[in-house]
Amino acid sequence: MKANTPAERLFNGIIKENPTFVLVLGMCPTLAVTTAAINGIGMGLTTTVVLAMSNLFISLLRKIIPDKVRMPAYIVVVASFVTIVQLLLQGFIPSLYDSLGLYIPLIVVNCIILGRAEAYASQNGPVASIFDGIGMGLGFTMSITILAAFRELIGAGTVFGFQIMPAAYEPATIFILAPGAFFVLAFLAAVRAKIMEKKPKEEQKPVHCMEGGCASCSNEACSGKFYDNTVVKK
Amino acid sequence: MSELLHVSSSPHVRSKVDTSSIMLTVIIALLPAALFGIYNFGPHALLLILVTIATCVATEAVYEKIVHKKLTVKDYSAVVTGLLLALNLPPKAPWWIAVIGGVFAILVVKQLFGGLGQNFMNPALAARCFLLISFTGRMTDFTVPGGAWGNIVDTVSGATPLAAMKSGETVDLLSLFIGNIQGTIGETSALAILIGAAILLLRGIIDFRIPVAYLLTFSVFALIFGGHGLDFYYLLCQLCGGGLMLGAWFMATDYVTSPITSKGRIVYGICLGIFTGLFRIFGGSAEGVSYAIIFCNLMVPLIERFTMPAAFGKGGKKA
Repeated sequence: MKANTPAERLFNGIIKENPTFVLVLGMCPTLAVTTAAINGIGMGLTTTVVLAMSNLFISLLRKIIPDKVRMPAYIVVVASFVTIVQLLLQGFIPSLYDSLGLYIPLIVVNCIILGRAEAYASQNGPVASIFDGIGMGLGFTMSITILAAFRELIGAGTVFGFQIMPAAYEPATIFILAPGAFFVLAFLAAVRAKIMEKKPKEEQKPVHCMEGGCASCSNEACSGKFYDNTVVKK
Repeated sequence: MSELLHVSSSPHVRSKVDTSSIMLTVIIALLPAALFGIYNFGPHALLLILVTIATCVATEAVYEKIVHKKLTVKDYSAVVTGLLLALNLPPKAPWWIAVIGGVFAILVVKQLFGGLGQNFMNPALAARCFLLISFTGRMTDFTVPGGAWGNIVDTVSGATPLAAMKSGETVDLLSLFIGNIQGTIGETSALAILIGAAILLLRGIIDFRIPVAYLLTFSVFALIFGGHGLDFYYLLCQLCGGGLMLGAWFMATDYVTSPITSKGRIVYGICLGIFTGLFRIFGGSAEGVSYAIIFCNLMVPLIERFTMPAAFGKGGKKA
């Protein structure tokens, strides 16, 4: 797929560099608000809007913002959009506003947003940047919604508020508490890694970093595990 | 004699002690507490013990089969985990709680981190805490099941002696020591646990440092902060009540999750005592042994790092 086209950006954000399961960014909202699927999707879409808009504006402003003050500049841009979204949510979807609470203003410091601003929008054009934001945002939305759905299912027996489990099922409360977020996150990340597993790499040969190989070395922590990864790539 | 003269490379004298013999001794040492629990709480307790052990062993076997690891069922470590977990369950717990606990202990806490020797937390206790948070109501329901040979005399209140003490009531020390009280299956009888502890100490399986440092520190803490002054009756009730005895002799001394240095073991015991005291006296719940132990399990690598003795010939005090 050609780099920096809208489709490639979307694929990159949702699958290839999924912010939650691959980049492991934005863990704070991921772990904190995913107690119910509806919160997950609300948080995800809110972040997507902020991410797309801030990526667009940072990309437009990328040649104006001086390098030394770029972080404060990004924060100002992001914070403006977060405030707008927050007021809109408060006005039109008060129930979601209440359940997300503090985590809406905290979107400002979500590292996915600053990460994409720094790593992508500040170096690429506005169209690619906005699609990068949408892709990353949707990837984030998808991941935390799945995460939240699993937690809600096991921890409360429901998904999106609908009773799924039979009445005899006793919900394991731990899954809608903090530890449950870690269990489900780890499980989903492992499943994703298993599905996306690539074919076995070529056999790696240890690189001997000093003369005489590993025998003359006293670094026990290494013991021949120092591989040259450049050899493997084709 | 001919074996002694056999020529081979060193080591020439080998101990017969291996993982499975140690684990078997632990199982034997746990039997008094388990049998007393069954005597005390009736056939359902026996069922829970059997289900938990079977689940643990089956989980270990199935997992190792799936990931093509060497089958380690024969070292009995899964049996010990299952037995300890069962002794930590309330006597009325439904069988599926035992199954969930067993799977969690072996799969999540033990095998996912690399199996025996790699787990950073005591699997049985981690599973107990998992169950406690997940099914709080069922895990703290200590009313006694009406059973064919349940032998608890006093079934009036469902509160454990510790909870009763926390709310200011006095409890009978003798029944705390003997064990005909409410509690989890294996924790009620301090006597039965001490018999098991004696077996472990005499066979050299456990080091006295951890439990002694643990119990001493806890005693000092309870005397200072317990709000009862120098009341030794209160102190003895605190020592015999709840899971402290079971935790100190059987859980805190788990090889994998306790320090290997002798200084470190004392530090570890002191930490355990302080945290148990904090949780019991200042915490919301009457019991705090399991949280204290798994919390201190996490500190073991740090403790070991700071108490590692200098190798002979290296370092040491400057003259």
